[in-house]
Amino acid sequence: MAAHSSSHAAGGEELNYLNWKTGLWSWLSSTDHKRICFLYLYSIMVFFILGGIAALIMRTELATAGPTIPSIVKDPHTYNVFFTMHGVFMIFLFVVPGIPATLGNFLIPLMIGAKDVAFPRLNLFSWYLYVFGALCGGIAMMNPVDTGWTFYAPYSTTTSTNVSLMVFAAFILGFSSILTGLNFLVTIHQLRAPGMTWMRLPVFIWASYATAVIQTVATPVVGMTLLLVIAERVFGAGIFDPTKGGDPVLMEHLFWFYSHPVVYIMVLPAFGVVGEIIPVFSRKPLFGYQMVVYSSVAIAAVGFIVWAHHMFVAGISDFSAKFFSIVTFLVAVPTAIKVFNWVSTMYKGSISFKTPMLYAMSFVFLFMVAGTTGIYLAMLGVDVYYHDTYFVVAHFHYTIQGGAVIGLIAALHMWFPKMSGKMYNETASKTAFAMLFIGFNLTFIPQFILGMDGMPRRYYDYPVEYQTLHTLSTIGAYLNGLGYMFALLNLAWTAKYGKVKAPRNPYNSKGLEWQTASPPPHENFDTQPVVTEDPYNYGTPHHA
Amino acid sequence: MGKDKDVMSSNAAVAEHHHVAPGDPPHIHHMDSKTAYGAAKLGMWLFLATEVLLFAVMFCSFAIMRYYHLSEFHDASHHLNLKLGALNTAVLLFSSYTAAVAVTKAQRGDNKGVIRNFGISFACGLIFLVVKTIEYTGKAEHGMFPFVWNEHFYEYKNFLGLYYCMTGLHALHVIIGMAVMYIYGIRPAMHNRYSGRYYTPVELGALYWHLVDLIWIYLFPLLYLVG
Repeated sequence: MAAHSSSHAAGGEELNYLNWKTGLWSWLSSTDHKRICFLYLYSIMVFFILGGIAALIMRTELATAGPTIPSIVKDPHTYNVFFTMHGVFMIFLFVVPGIPATLGNFLIPLMIGAKDVAFPRLNLFSWYLYVFGALCGGIAMMNPVDTGWTFYAPYSTTTSTNVSLMVFAAFILGFSSILTGLNFLVTIHQLRAPGMTWMRLPVFIWASYATAVIQTVATPVVGMTLLLVIAERVFGAGIFDPTKGGDPVLMEHLFWFYSHPVVYIMVLPAFGVVGEIIPVFSRKPLFGYQMVVYSSVAIAAVGFIVWAHHMFVAGISDFSAKFFSIVTFLVAVPTAIKVFNWVSTMYKGSISFKTPMLYAMSFVFLFMVAGTTGIYLAMLGVDVYYHDTYFVVAHFHYTIQGGAVIGLIAALHMWFPKMSGKMYNETASKTAFAMLFIGFNLTFIPQFILGMDGMPRRYYDYPVEYQTLHTLSTIGAYLNGLGYMFALLNLAWTAKYGKVKAPRNPYNSKGLEWQTASPPPHENFDTQPVVTEDPYNYGTPHHA
Repeated sequence: MGKDKDVMSSNAAVAEHHHVAPGDPPHIHHMDSKTAYGAAKLGMWLFLATEVLLFAVMFCSFAIMRYYHLSEFHDASHHLNLKLGALNTAVLLFSSYTAAVAVTKAQRGDNKGVIRNFGISFACGLIFLVVKTIEYTGKAEHGMFPFVWNEHFYEYKNFLGLYYCMTGLHALHVIIGMAVMYIYGIRPAMHNRYSGRYYTPVELGALYWHLVDLIWIYLFPLLYLVG
């Protein structure tokens, strides 16, 4: 092993990025990518909790037919506000920055053997932009927006609620996302350690790279679209409002040109996380490394030409509907390649069922459900029936919660020892995982059935025939919420009060980030790392 | 872990840099100048790509709206002042030339040349904005401006709405470009910061200014000539 750090704090404790400077300001002014990871982590968790509360309020209201909690959800409008709040907070403020801004920030420089990202100050600026956007979004909720997170015209251009400020917030958050993506692209291009060739990059880096491309290329489009919504509202620009000769379908096209690729911003990094976890806990090289890499890039590329599958019933032409249906099927190919590669990696491996591995395996399962139900929705005829039903809601949540959020929680456990310098509590983490996994499926399997039975999404009320499934879903949602709370509180508590110090490389991983101290020093590595072999050479004589 | 010849090797230059003591400045300078130059340039080009995409939305909307309202677009376009638009085009084209010259001057360590040439570009930006203001004011007087719409021109609204969004955002870019040229070009050059070894900010500032020019090169024919 390389030379251990020789720098010590006054008390004899080793200096690392957490303790080499103290005080709140040293965090708020830090350009260290590892500290910025935490700035993001704490901020996004605020909105995960708020968005989660909104979801639970919705689920509680839907537990029985008719008004269930009239004291909180007074009328359908209030219900609309809650699903808008849930969507906007979860999408723009939690899941999009989710893995890239937290784990991406922490891991990218470590994994490629760099001291920091290419533009450290820009990195911190991105976080301040995020905070500014979040504040605007929070203020906008004073006169709560009820359009849903999609801000579809003409409702968004005519409703009296605070849409202008809310879409401005989304624009600012988009700017933050663009700068993060740009920073990562340049970092991965320019700052790889000697010997870290493109085909030796860990798959998390490749996934982050593909994500960053989408962030950089797709986000400006939605940003401008949202500014045009403001222009429409403020001075009637006549672009999206049909009463002024504008075209609302144009707005949908421009919106989905970003907002479909954005689901890959959410889920690609999670693919990367799973690709890192499975080889380590199977003690086998990642099966078909190159195919995993190319499939990430392929998903990012194909993801750009499928957007109008959200608009099959919006009045687009037959030709474009068919085109977008066929290319949507194409997405299944690289996605399936990934699933087969993960499963093949586990095949005949010596698997240890540690918490990160449980999350990774559940990810594979949940994502397969998400992927196969996605095929239903890509089919034109079937989608006409399923469009705007709970089937879509369930499919979406299997992708985003079962994919992106489970991926984030998996990553938080996987790299917890590196980030905090402590070991997480295996029993508590596994209990949380079980609650979360059962709760999640209990929430959304009934919603698949509800959708098949014709229950439309975004409805405040429903006929009593749907009640059993809705009640089950509500119970699941509470269990799911408790699971998340338990998982995150457990990590937070362990980080602060945990007694078990993490060694440098607790999982005996090959990753570069595990070759430095836990937690890493401010400068990441004591000496410049040099890479001489492929990233997942497990099972070779040197690495059992 | 055994003998990890694979991950670490000593490097004198880096070893000198790695020792961290409390109070050390954050590692802003964590790469050599050649890498930093490459990183800055790549970052700027990517940023310019995002800018192009930002405007692409409006170009796309323009194409769609023109398809829907062809004759209205045609008529409305005639209400723009072609002479002032052409003047502004010439002004911006010239300013792009001086911005390019400023880069060459910086590469030769001629800080005065940077100030002179960026100064001219800056002044051109100012002229552009003044002319644009004259155009906008003229439109406002005739009731063809946001908030003072004259219903007589109702059918021009789609064209003019996009015209103001596009030229307005472009004008904002002109202002930002001028600020960039001053803060990262003119002011450091006053302190003789640039030399043959370090001129990145001048080059990036000029790149940004070229983009501002380039967008106008598309806006002018689209809005004033084609309509």
